[in-house]
Amino acid sequence: MSLMSGLFNYWAVAALLLIGLGIVVWQGNLIKKLVGLSIFQTAVFIFYISVGKVAGGTAPILDDSYSQYSNPLPHVLILTAIVVGIATTALALALVIRIKASYGSVEESDINGQDK
Amino acid sequence: MFSHLAILQVVVPLMGAPACFMLGKARLTWLMSLLISVVTCAISIGLLLQVYQQGPISYALGGWQAPWGIEYRIDIINAYMLLIVSAMGALVLLAAKDTALTDIDEHRRPLFYVAYLLCLAGLLGIAATGDAFNVFVFLEISSLSMYCLIALNKDRRALWAAFRYLIVGTIGATFILIGIGYLYMMTGTLNMQDLAQRLPAIADNNAVISAYAFIMVGVGLKLALFPLHYWLPNAYTHAPNLVTAFLAATATKVAVYLVIRFNFFVFSPSWADFIQLGNHVLLILGSVAVLWASWIAIRQTDIKRLLAYSSVAQIGYMVMGIGMSSLLSLQASLLHLFNHALMKGGLFLVLATIALRLGSVDTSQLRGLAQRMPLTFWAFVIGGLSLIGMPATAGFISKWYLVQAAIEQQSWLLVAVVLAGSALAAIYVWKVVEVFWFTDKNTASNTRHLSQPQVPVTMSIAMWLLIIANVYFGIDTRLPVTLSEMGAQLLSGAS
Amino acid sequence: MLIVVACFIARSKDLMVTVILFSIYGLLCASFFMLMDAVDVAFTEAAVGAGISPLLMLITLASVGRFQQAGRYPVVLIGFIGAVLGGLLVWATLGMPMFGDALAPVHQHVAPRYIEESGVEVGVPNIVTSVLASYRAFDTLGEVVVIFTAGVGVLSLLGGGSYQKRFLIDRIIDREEHKILRVVSKILIPPILLFALYVQFHGDYGPGGGFQAGVIFAAGVVLYTLFFGLKVVQQVISEMSVRVLAALGVLLYGCVGLVSLLKGHNYLDYYALAANPKTGQHLGILVIELGVGITVASVMILFFYTFARNFGGRGAVS
Repeated sequence: MSLMSGLFNYWAVAALLLIGLGIVVWQGNLIKKLVGLSIFQTAVFIFYISVGKVAGGTAPILDDSYSQYSNPLPHVLILTAIVVGIATTALALALVIRIKASYGSVEESDINGQDK
Repeated sequence: MFSHLAILQVVVPLMGAPACFMLGKARLTWLMSLLISVVTCAISIGLLLQVYQQGPISYALGGWQAPWGIEYRIDIINAYMLLIVSAMGALVLLAAKDTALTDIDEHRRPLFYVAYLLCLAGLLGIAATGDAFNVFVFLEISSLSMYCLIALNKDRRALWAAFRYLIVGTIGATFILIGIGYLYMMTGTLNMQDLAQRLPAIADNNAVISAYAFIMVGVGLKLALFPLHYWLPNAYTHAPNLVTAFLAATATKVAVYLVIRFNFFVFSPSWADFIQLGNHVLLILGSVAVLWASWIAIRQTDIKRLLAYSSVAQIGYMVMGIGMSSLLSLQASLLHLFNHALMKGGLFLVLATIALRLGSVDTSQLRGLAQRMPLTFWAFVIGGLSLIGMPATAGFISKWYLVQAAIEQQSWLLVAVVLAGSALAAIYVWKVVEVFWFTDKNTASNTRHLSQPQVPVTMSIAMWLLIIANVYFGIDTRLPVTLSEMGAQLLSGAS
Repeated sequence: MLIVVACFIARSKDLMVTVILFSIYGLLCASFFMLMDAVDVAFTEAAVGAGISPLLMLITLASVGRFQQAGRYPVVLIGFIGAVLGGLLVWATLGMPMFGDALAPVHQHVAPRYIEESGVEVGVPNIVTSVLASYRAFDTLGEVVVIFTAGVGVLSLLGGGSYQKRFLIDRIIDREEHKILRVVSKILIPPILLFALYVQFHGDYGPGGGFQAGVIFAAGVVLYTLFFGLKVVQQVISEMSVRVLAALGVLLYGCVGLVSLLKGHNYLDYYALAANPKTGQHLGILVIELGVGITVASVMILFFYTFARNFGGRGAVS
């Protein structure tokens, strides 16, 4: 397998990580930041799942007709991480609603301006 | 039952939180959570004795042996951390009687205790586990509950501080997750001890080196290590007063523990050059943090923010100790963990007491405080002296060890940094004391006694316990010195 | 494909578009996980990434407005950090084993035992379930507590305060033209709830389990709310009972561990639960998955209740 196709997934992950982080840092809108944060997290999920894949393997549910399975452990870890991700997102959105109610804005520059 | 202390340490507060959630009434919840935290503290003492006498405990969760299952591994350093965190947790909670939470809306107070217990359980979980991914899970429990503890303050700036901390904290946690993923990919295991055995063979691999970098940056964000500290002053300043006391005494300490654990146990300077490089970077950043953050602290007018910057500086000392990576310097770091928890916990409790009596900690309100609340004033002075590192206080001991470590390495520059840091600390502590001491004519005349909620007795007890501990452990140093020495030996034995 | 959508998200100015694109992104992720043999993860990502998370964002948008301003930031510094990070990420990959390589260390050390022995040791065909609920059950307990923490957090931020007599969301829904939708949803909702139960108890054999079931169940309730209004639903499932259930789920999970302790085994050791090891494992997994399902469903419904109550930017915010 060539270097290109052998590592392509990981490079895609790197690109997604950067896009996600870029949105978080670059955008002033709080909801946009959260979307970016989610993309950033999902990129890591994709990385873990890619690591777990075995060429020619199948889903890790025991069955007599298969002998080669993909690695189940990354799947377990990522299930946990997805749950953590949605928990964080929900909490952050609740914060956004409160911020909107008390500052009247969800733009970073507005909020910073108000408390100076 | 004694063989299960390791897991009970974390499970008791973890299960206590949902139980408290169902109670509903603030007073009842406080009593219940106080009981739980005291039990947790008792467990940590039992655990420490056990480890002290019999050596490290390994506890296989679910009966599955590591590395297949999750392992709790308590060596002397874990036990020491668990003791610090749970003791501080219990003391601050003692102070946090429901009537003391004036900066939290009344209908939100029961939830404060639930979040507090969850945070405590999360921090204890990080300190107890021997599994890298489990660290991430408990890190998130503690972080999420921390965000909502900060946001509980009535002040709207708390919301914004919590949001920013959430963004930074999540990025940090995700970095750690990437690092753990790389390690898992290269070794096939998540157990820390297993990792430590398998990593040296592939020490030169790019992915392993990157994993180290990601984990260090991620933990650095949580640790508020200079220059990644921007969230901390805001979070500490705007959080409810008692939350600040709790966070300052525990959260950053656990992050320091993680640095130590990854730097000397999972990775180790003995088998890889890049970790030595990492230690040099830590040493430089720590020194800069000490000087720069102390300097910024001097220029603050808000006392909470001043102490927050002082925390960034004190974290610098601990990181310096790690960076020097000698037996003595590691011991200094571990000692400073303990002592800084005492002094910052104590000082923030003093501030909380003042805030409760006066309704605010605005500088204008605080003038002439020494006459109105003389005892509280002296409590602050003692805590402040410990922060500076005066002899006969706890702060002196850890700085003494740190200076010795620097002298041992013939590094006079580092000695100068420590001394300069103390001098700067003396200036900012003096600044506060000056405000307290001298009466401003305008405010002295309108000394208001109108809204003066009684300070709960438990709060005063907690405050004085911590302040007296600052003096006690400055004179009778056997407990922390023995433990930190054992810890440092363990670390350098591993490296 | 994912990258293209992510780029569009970065560029879009309308937040509504952003959220919808984000939902598509979630769905694409789920398909990718499917391709990678991670069926359980795909299931969850489809429910969370394409379902719950955009839904919550949409409700938030409704109260904060959908258009954003352009941001201006120090491009050079960020670009530099981005370049370093990107460089590190790509550089790291050079040391990695090739994608799909069955001989990579990750497939050698710990994982084979799960694949080879779990059928005997745990006796559940779905290896993901046996790792999740038995070998690494403590992580899963942590995960449930994380969800519970988020529930506590959201409640502490948005809960309590003044209750509106009539929820704004109800006012929107009350229009007559939704009649057809109501009939359709009446047909749809019972199968959704049934499906949730199926997923809950079938997790041992196929993809699924407590978390997915909880999300699906919550989705059923949410759908019901969208067509019949918050008030009606809260008469059936009150907020108080959801709160209690959220805590009970965690306690149920934790108590399984305590039972093992009392029987002299280690925490969460299911062999303690029954004389026959396989029965013990089955029982343990069943109960803890139930705990997971209850907590997840309750917290998700709780999210929805509290968010929907703040619909329109007014409400319980004090």
